[in-house]
Amino acid sequence: MSTTNLDGAQALIKTLNDLGVEYIFGYSGGAALPIFDALETVSGNIKFVLSRHEQGACHMADGYARATGKPAVVLVTSGPGAGNTITGIMTAQMDSVPMIIITGQQVTWMLGKDAFQEADTFGLTMPVVKHNFLVRETNSLPRITKEAYHIATTGRPGPVLIDVPKDISQSEFTGDLDPDIDLPGYHPETAFEINADAVTRAAEIISHAKKPVILGGHGIMIARADDELMELATTLNCPVTTTLLGKGIFPETHELSLGMLGMHGTAYANKAMVECDLIINIGSRFDDRIIGQPEKFGALAKIIHVDIDPSEMNKMIHPDVEIIGDAKVVLQALNKQIAPLETSGWLANLDGYKQKFPLAYRKQGGLRMQQVLDELYQLTDGKAVVTTDVGQHQMWAAQFYKTNASFNWLSSGGAGTMGFGFPAAIGAQFARPNDIVVAVVGDGGYQMTLCELATAALHKLPVKVLVLNNHYLGMVRQWQELFFDNRESGVNLEGNPDFVKLAEAYGIKGFNIKRPADVGKVLQKALDYNDGPCVINAECVKTENVFPMIPAGAALEDMLVEPPKHKMAKPTGST
Amino acid sequence: MTRDIVTSDSSLAPSPDIVGGHTLSMFVNNKPGVLMRICQVFARRAYNLDSVVVSRGRDPQFSRLTLGISGDPAGLEQIIKQCNKLIDVIHCFEHDERESVTRELALVKVLIDPGDRAEVLQILEHFGAKTVDLGASSIIAMIYGNSEKVDAAVHLLSKFDIVETVRTGKVVMARGEAST
Ligand SMILES: Cc1ncc(C[n+]2csc(CCOP(=O)(O)OP(=O)(O)O)c2C)c(N)n1
Ligand SMILES: [Mg+2]
Repeated sequence: MSTTNLDGAQALIKTLNDLGVEYIFGYSGGAALPIFDALETVSGNIKFVLSRHEQGACHMADGYARATGKPAVVLVTSGPGAGNTITGIMTAQMDSVPMIIITGQQVTWMLGKDAFQEADTFGLTMPVVKHNFLVRETNSLPRITKEAYHIATTGRPGPVLIDVPKDISQSEFTGDLDPDIDLPGYHPETAFEINADAVTRAAEIISHAKKPVILGGHGIMIARADDELMELATTLNCPVTTTLLGKGIFPETHELSLGMLGMHGTAYANKAMVECDLIINIGSRFDDRIIGQPEKFGALAKIIHVDIDPSEMNKMIHPDVEIIGDAKVVLQALNKQIAPLETSGWLANLDGYKQKFPLAYRKQGGLRMQQVLDELYQLTDGKAVVTTDVGQHQMWAAQFYKTNASFNWLSSGGAGTMGFGFPAAIGAQFARPNDIVVAVVGDGGYQMTLCELATAALHKLPVKVLVLNNHYLGMVRQWQELFFDNRESGVNLEGNPDFVKLAEAYGIKGFNIKRPADVGKVLQKALDYNDGPCVINAECVKTENVFPMIPAGAALEDMLVEPPKHKMAKPTGST
Repeated sequence: MTRDIVTSDSSLAPSPDIVGGHTLSMFVNNKPGVLMRICQVFARRAYNLDSVVVSRGRDPQFSRLTLGISGDPAGLEQIIKQCNKLIDVIHCFEHDERESVTRELALVKVLIDPGDRAEVLQILEHFGAKTVDLGASSIIAMIYGNSEKVDAAVHLLSKFDIVETVRTGKVVMARGEAST
């Protein structure tokens, strides 16, 4: 090949640009210097956003991807820079979010010699990525970058990391800028060839169902199969419940919607799972937070499991029919073979549960997070992009902020990563500048990544940070109250800053909500404020608990719909 | 005098101390780190690798792996799927004893009194083993065959003073036209 006058770093950035990458979120450092320089010297459409911590950069890329379905790139330096990405990468991996992470690395001849800021990033990240690369040849950079993009975005998406030693990025590039990818062990195209017999067997089972439920997961969103899901549900007259990550694939305001199921799901969704005679799981991995006790799950039901990842079959639950493939293709095939079911009795029964166990809260005796979220939902007409952190506020947000469209609900499910919500909202707001983006965070998790206030302020992003402040690590306190005789240990957040003053220190507008009567008024002011970010600190009841609740490892029928009157045994199931 | 009872794969019962005994074969990219990815699949699920044999394929872009593993059989399907899910794994199969051949080789060093030498040699001859080193007071035997045969030979030799054994771990190949 003739000389291109590029170095490896420029070839890398050029390839990312040609792949259509729009945003790189990152943090600079020595080993990544050539790559940062290439951001300045290579022309293209990529915009770089400097975060204030590498974890924040990952969550921003994650939020961007969850809000669009398209990947963003993370760029950091070696050693500590790479180390700070681990939680962010794991968060994306657990929730099948596409992401490309580029880490600088020591020069090749120093690897393994404990050189300055040398860490075995390839080894450190291996268990938390879909795949990773350590680049050993400058000319392989475009091929590896294309492979990384392909792996991250096809099949079951996930994060892919490329570790680039500095000598590799700064050497002259003499290779092909548009090489073919070479992945003999990776065949995501098989997801589009589905087993027709399995679909027919599924349709046959469905035709006999009297009390069916559709359990929809993130896989439907990733496959963009919302319309096909709607057709399936409305043709069959079948109720739909979704996982936390599936919120939005089916409008939660639809009469067939049961909302979210699982540990803090609606009582009627969980009742439906217990009483149904058929579970049609499309694109959910039967996570332990939704099945409770695996042996008792769906005891009365036939189970159809549709998933793109063969390793999800028989992992938690043994289905009667397994269909491996892309949710959209499977649903298109299935929809051709189904006819309406007579489910009016079943739906009436579930409506009874909706009347008997509605999601509700008290407006007396202090401000409750539920009310703030309920009013936020009303004021935004359910149209905001909502990101959450992890804890009680997350579960109440899932319950009270009904989601009616895909890509509007961004929450760390599998990893349950505190610190996710705010940076994810920044990424989402970059991706969708014209939408209202609200980060619903707890006072605990917010403090883990609130250094990104600088990032949000600098870019004048109109992100709204709603801090639901109970001065506690509330979700952990709830478990201590219920299962550890209310012995509080390591959960009191005394020492919290004044979040409004803190925002103001960044030049950010701040609001306080102290009384239930003020919620609507203050929220409306915050929604009307669009000159940059704003922070709304809502002082909430300190010791409220989230219900319904299925204690970890208990069966769905053992759900608590209200505070227990007797002492609870310590949960034996998953954490 | 040899009554060759060990020429077929199944003529000896497996010794009771062998647990698990599943054999997986994998065809993988020949790249740094691939073995680490595979080992992580096993370690995370509390599976033990009893033996690992890796060699370059005929096409040096790929490698062959044979893994002898033990662990909860209920988890095996998951393990195989997780291995197949790795980008660097072209395929991963479990091999049934009847539809495949497995072989391994062991070197066993035995210290012997002159009076025991004849019996040791007789045992080795019986197993079709070879003496690859013979000293005044020690002998290195090379035993090969399926794992049960190797186990049986080592077991019989254990009444003498075995000071070291080194086993290659088993290699497997599917019979007939099936691929390994
Ligand atoms: C990084 C991280 N550390 C610890 C936890 C465990 N954890 C789960 S919820 C929670 C409490 C969260 O408190 P806060 O952010 O104030 O939210 P709240 O539950 O009070 O609404 C903790 C500590 C976690 N999920 N993530
Ligand atoms: Mg809190």
